[in-house]
Amino acid sequence: MKNTAEKKSSVTPIKTLKFLFKKPITFKFPFETREASPRYRGFHLNDWEKCTGCGNCADICPNSAITMIEIPEIVPEPGKKNERPQIDYGRCCFCALCVDICPPGSLRLSRDYIHIDHATDSFVYLPKDEKIDTEHFVKPEAYSIFQASLNHRKQYFEGFISDLNFTLFDPEREPVEILPASERVRSFIEEMKGYTEEQAKREALRCLECSLCEEVCPAHMKISDYIKAIYDENLTESVRKIYEDNPLPGVCGRVCTHKCETACSIGYRGEPVAIRWLKRYAVDNLETGKIKEIISIFKGPELKRRVSIIGSGPSGLSAAYYLSLMGYQVVIYEAKAKPGGIMRYGIPKYRLPESALDRDIDIIKSMGVEIKLNTKVGKDIEFKKIKEESDAVFIATGFPEPRSTGIKGIDSEGCYQALDLLEKIASGEKIKVGEKVVIIGGGNVAFDIGRSLARLQMEKFGKVNITLTCLEKAGEMLADQEEIEEGGEEGLVIKPGRSPKEVLFDENGRIRGLRTVKCLSIFDEEGRFNPKVDETDVEDYEGNMIVEAIGQAPDYSYLDKEILDDLEIVRGRIVTDEYGRTKIPWLFAGGDIVHGPDIIHAIADGHRAAQGIDMYLGSKSEKVN
Amino acid sequence: MSRRELELYFGPQHIGMVGNFSITLSVEGDTIVEARANPGYLHRGFEKLMEYRNWVQNFPMVCRMNVVEPDSMEMVYAMAVEKLAEIDVPERAQYIRTIVLELSRLASHLFGCWAYANMLGLDTVAQWAMAYRDFILDLFEELMGGRVYHIYICPGGVRRDLPQGFEDKVMNFLKALGNHVPEFDAAFFNNRLFYERAKGIGKISREEAIELGATGQVLRAVGLQYDIRKIEPYAAYANVNFDVPTREDGDAYSRIWVIRDEMLQSASIIMQCLEKLPQGKVYKRTPNPFKWNIPAGDAYVRVESSRGELGLYLVSDGGNKPYRVHFRTPSFMHGIPILEKLLRGANISDVGNIMISLYVVAPEIDR
Repeated sequence: MKNTAEKKSSVTPIKTLKFLFKKPITFKFPFETREASPRYRGFHLNDWEKCTGCGNCADICPNSAITMIEIPEIVPEPGKKNERPQIDYGRCCFCALCVDICPPGSLRLSRDYIHIDHATDSFVYLPKDEKIDTEHFVKPEAYSIFQASLNHRKQYFEGFISDLNFTLFDPEREPVEILPASERVRSFIEEMKGYTEEQAKREALRCLECSLCEEVCPAHMKISDYIKAIYDENLTESVRKIYEDNPLPGVCGRVCTHKCETACSIGYRGEPVAIRWLKRYAVDNLETGKIKEIISIFKGPELKRRVSIIGSGPSGLSAAYYLSLMGYQVVIYEAKAKPGGIMRYGIPKYRLPESALDRDIDIIKSMGVEIKLNTKVGKDIEFKKIKEESDAVFIATGFPEPRSTGIKGIDSEGCYQALDLLEKIASGEKIKVGEKVVIIGGGNVAFDIGRSLARLQMEKFGKVNITLTCLEKAGEMLADQEEIEEGGEEGLVIKPGRSPKEVLFDENGRIRGLRTVKCLSIFDEEGRFNPKVDETDVEDYEGNMIVEAIGQAPDYSYLDKEILDDLEIVRGRIVTDEYGRTKIPWLFAGGDIVHGPDIIHAIADGHRAAQGIDMYLGSKSEKVN
Repeated sequence: MSRRELELYFGPQHIGMVGNFSITLSVEGDTIVEARANPGYLHRGFEKLMEYRNWVQNFPMVCRMNVVEPDSMEMVYAMAVEKLAEIDVPERAQYIRTIVLELSRLASHLFGCWAYANMLGLDTVAQWAMAYRDFILDLFEELMGGRVYHIYICPGGVRRDLPQGFEDKVMNFLKALGNHVPEFDAAFFNNRLFYERAKGIGKISREEAIELGATGQVLRAVGLQYDIRKIEPYAAYANVNFDVPTREDGDAYSRIWVIRDEMLQSASIIMQCLEKLPQGKVYKRTPNPFKWNIPAGDAYVRVESSRGELGLYLVSDGGNKPYRVHFRTPSFMHGIPILEKLLRGANISDVGNIMISLYVVAPEIDR
């Protein structure tokens, strides 16, 4: 640019007259208009299908312009509220912080910015977009600036939209240290290392506290509260919040199916907050004595009422814990030598080390819970006797009986049931592992036994040879995604979408493999289990050991016939109300025999049954002394 | 007040007043005996409001303290937070910030030219200046999605990367403005009308300017090369070459000429930045705004806004909100002590002239 010298003149300004003959740069609004830029921050758009109603937009708004409004037409589902943001354009400053915080990216700004209306309350607006509001979002050719308002807008006119590189939340999870596959397959040492203090704080920082996870959690744990307490370095508070709804946090912090994380709003476009590892961090890093001290505060006065619980699985222990907190005298009857049920005998130690389980149970026992081990109801003690001694009975015996495919040759030697093997491995018994193993089943139990056997094979043969086959197609398998990934890393060969046909034998009558056919569909039109197969598509898998892991069934043999007649049992499960109440007033049930399919459901059942029992007994209870 | 004096309210509705600001004048005939600045019409208590909003919610707030040049406000807030929280800003972001700050300085100076020319009745120049400012607003809209309030420079960097073809658009604009400089000069800066009207008006001596806390073009118009961009370089100013234009006389004429020369420097800075613009990220993600606690401490940072030295004193008590916020705004010094001083003994007809030459923006005073 030239720096013109200073020369004062009264004549030179006349030069500007030449601009009279130039084309003006202004235009005649509104007959001529200029389109806003592609990044314009105009009126809001909200994709109601993507919006979860998490309310982060309302929280971040510096002007309190956003209110979450309940929409009666939307049916709320777990993890998706029926609330949608409403904007008050009298307050909105179009800063678009709401766009940058929106986890699913449903809230955006459009390039519309003109609103003409005679009513002042028309400034309050519930943003939608062209997807569900075809009436007010018109095609560009039908758009007229003379009608421009919040109720007359152009379709597909996005402006400032969310960009994952610039979001106000962090879409990336703090990685947790896990042993490499080559190392973990050599032993039953716990594979996950857990967070350090620094990592836990960093991960806790990511949580936006929208609480969508809490609705999804069967136990409705106060997740955002305990994560916030971890961030504030207040583990005492964190553990107190955890124990309010879950007395087995050491277990759940490791092996929970974490429904919460699937609902985490950050998970829509990023990695969800590692809620499970954070819970584990909080509980693992507080001394046992301190935890006992925290929870003992909640213990109420002792009552002269006795509740018996059958089964010391997650549901039984959970009910026992909350009942004893309420002051009831609680006795658990357990058939096995150690308490814990499926947690001890079903889950391999590399996922849940015994020390963590023992610690949780020790804390529950310290509340005054009595556990009678090696006492199988129906054999060592009659159910009638238990009933006579107690004011209420809670049954939580789970699904101990394995199911079988019933295919040809499955009852021969070398064919096993996953649960039996897992129990033996857990109790330290030696088992005869085959050099080549075929596993039938695609759930978590299948992977538990598969990965356990992989470790035993590694020990014995120095290599892994396991084929896992299931009816479900890849991507529909019932096991957790991380189980599938980690199993694959450890050498499990996964063959999804195959239906077992028959066991194959060699000339000596020993097992040599499994024949499968292609599975086309699993359920019929009415939703019943009825697999359809393509008999022409045959594949054989080699193996001298076959393990079935296709599910389990309940065992009600300990109950008397009169009781069984009174109970309503549908497809093997006892029907109860939300408080675990069966048709018999003094009998309560929970866990797998009511709901399934995982530990956290069982814990929630136990908690609610404890409340149900308290409602039943509470009015009749008296304090000791 | 003697009986020969008359109390006169100048503004906020007075036609010669720019902005929501007023002055109470005591006049004797045409001569001003005493002037008292009367701010407060725009007082919205920003500094207090900021104590109730978290670190991220505050950054769309600060720009509202200077409508004409919001970016330096955003910059000073971002710098203070970055200093307290020890955030390293990516280099590309620093260059983009520099481009934005200089574009905004240009827009602000053009706005000032509009105000001054308009007041003198040189409407042609005023319209030109406004039109060129509007072209800059178009560029802002393209980059940030907003024309006036940009909400763009945030703690950690900038909110979005440059859109495609943005560099070319900026260059084209600068060329167009550069080609227009001779006409601006002919019609305004070298116009005898302007010279006669501005020369010797609102004259301040070097000692008084320093004593009353003048910065920016008020100080540079008395011959001091005082510019924060040189003294404490921030953003990418350390990597570009530019001069600090000065004048000696300390009157309105000198101040407007300093502004004119600064615009040429700004254009040169933008061109250098566009040339050197590095690749890479433009935003270092700051923590979750709802939980972001900044360690206890305080920070004072300052930038050279288009009006002078803009400072921010920010205190954190370790929480997720500022404990105390204080802005040192140039308009406060120029609009109260210096304006009162310069109006004393001046002619009534020069009130608008002096005030606009000092470049006062009322919301900066009433934060």
